[in-house]
Amino acid sequence: MTLMTRTGVEPLRIRPEEIEEAAKLLYIRALKILPEDVKEGFARLDATETDARARAILATMIENIGVAERTDNLLCQDTGIPIFNVFIGRHVELDGWALKQALRRGVERATREHPLRSSVVHPITRRNEQTSCGIRVPVIHIDFIEAERELRLEMIPKGSGSENGSFLEMLIPADGVAGIKRFVVDAAIRAGGKVCPPTILGVGVGGTSDLCMHLAKIAATRPLGSRCADPEGAALEEELTAAVNALGIGPQGLGGDSTAFAVHVEVAATHITMNPVAVNIQCHSARRASATFTPEGVRIGF
Amino acid sequence: MTHHVLETPITEETVRALRVGDTVTLRGTLFGIRDATLIAMFDRGRRTRFDLRGHAVIHTAPNVRKVPPSERHPAGYEPVCIGTTTSDRMERFTRPLMEREGVRLIIGKGGLREHSAAAFRDLGGAYLAIVGGTAALETTWITAIEDVDLDDLHPESLWRFAIGDFGPLLVAMDAHGGSLYREVQAEVAARRAAVLARLGVA
Repeated sequence: MTLMTRTGVEPLRIRPEEIEEAAKLLYIRALKILPEDVKEGFARLDATETDARARAILATMIENIGVAERTDNLLCQDTGIPIFNVFIGRHVELDGWALKQALRRGVERATREHPLRSSVVHPITRRNEQTSCGIRVPVIHIDFIEAERELRLEMIPKGSGSENGSFLEMLIPADGVAGIKRFVVDAAIRAGGKVCPPTILGVGVGGTSDLCMHLAKIAATRPLGSRCADPEGAALEEELTAAVNALGIGPQGLGGDSTAFAVHVEVAATHITMNPVAVNIQCHSARRASATFTPEGVRIGF
Repeated sequence: MTHHVLETPITEETVRALRVGDTVTLRGTLFGIRDATLIAMFDRGRRTRFDLRGHAVIHTAPNVRKVPPSERHPAGYEPVCIGTTTSDRMERFTRPLMEREGVRLIIGKGGLREHSAAAFRDLGGAYLAIVGGTAALETTWITAIEDVDLDDLHPESLWRFAIGDFGPLLVAMDAHGGSLYREVQAEVAARRAAVLARLGVA
């Protein structure tokens, strides 16, 4: 069988060994270096925070970012649940099954070779295989994008303190947008200091129950400064960011203005009878790393 | 707002002198403990060979490198990254940890709730808040992993750390019923209605 390719265009071919190396590198890199947008987020909060205790806490967080880089150490001891988002462009040739195995091997090697704490256990026996892997973990999401001969691999080590701040409610149409807003405010209050604020508070609106929570995760792990593509969602982001930061929860739940860097919203169409809303939270150590494969080589970024 | 430098273990009198808003730097020994350790000790009847009386425990599970035991790494573990986890999950273990094991100080992030506040008041204890998510910095305050018990629970073993100047930590719950978390939560609850009104939510 021959692969369908555009005439005269050599497809981008990626070997599993390259994926494995990238997976290992990204897991370790994500744990050590915060993206520029998050560092800028800290600078913004530091400049506007009015509470003295909150300012001291923010200063410690900023100091930690520098210590991690200078000592080549992890920002946070929580190595999280490893998540990979794979975006496959057009005219890319790879063995999908081999890709999944390569991602797992990369995670296992990072855990063993760095070494990293394995934070992953069997959900019933609580047995830790000391590999950061287990049934269906690493979590792998695969999607397809329009870009020519490009594969983008995103890695997110999702910390548990903030992941435990996840909430879903199958609201009904009569609850309206007001119900969505109330749910988000109450989720922020319930999460309090447990989710390591200042956070990126991700909100999913619409879809099915599982898609709604996935939207919240996409929202929570999006770069700061990015906006929801849907104008209604973007308007909601602005309103909810101001609302959550007016609650006074503050860094670490010890009071102040800096509860969230931002509230991010992602939306999907939903059923005429449904109005689902979900919240997923990213802590201040909003870690992520990416590798972009092109015919020119591999680009490492955030 | 007083700053205290405390060498562990400490007495009941010392812990009762701490007030919310004070800061603390710890020296000496610190024990690392968390979910699986506490479940094993108090739900499954396991006991530790460590004497925790008067000591401080920190809610943690570290990143470590296995090395041959040496003077520098007597437990056969080199610290890689040690930081603090969310305390709230360990709420129900505060009183037994103090009653049975004699622990005086709990270090964590995000705070504990009313049962812990009552235990601190009744038995003489305090909660010292560390800034969560700043493990790279925290690791520089730890000089060695001296010993480890219940290591079949790895990484959720019971760890004994030697510490340099560990802190500053914030006294967020004290032995007099005080809790900064309760104060902030009351303030947040009071603001909720106005925040919802501004969002147009009745």
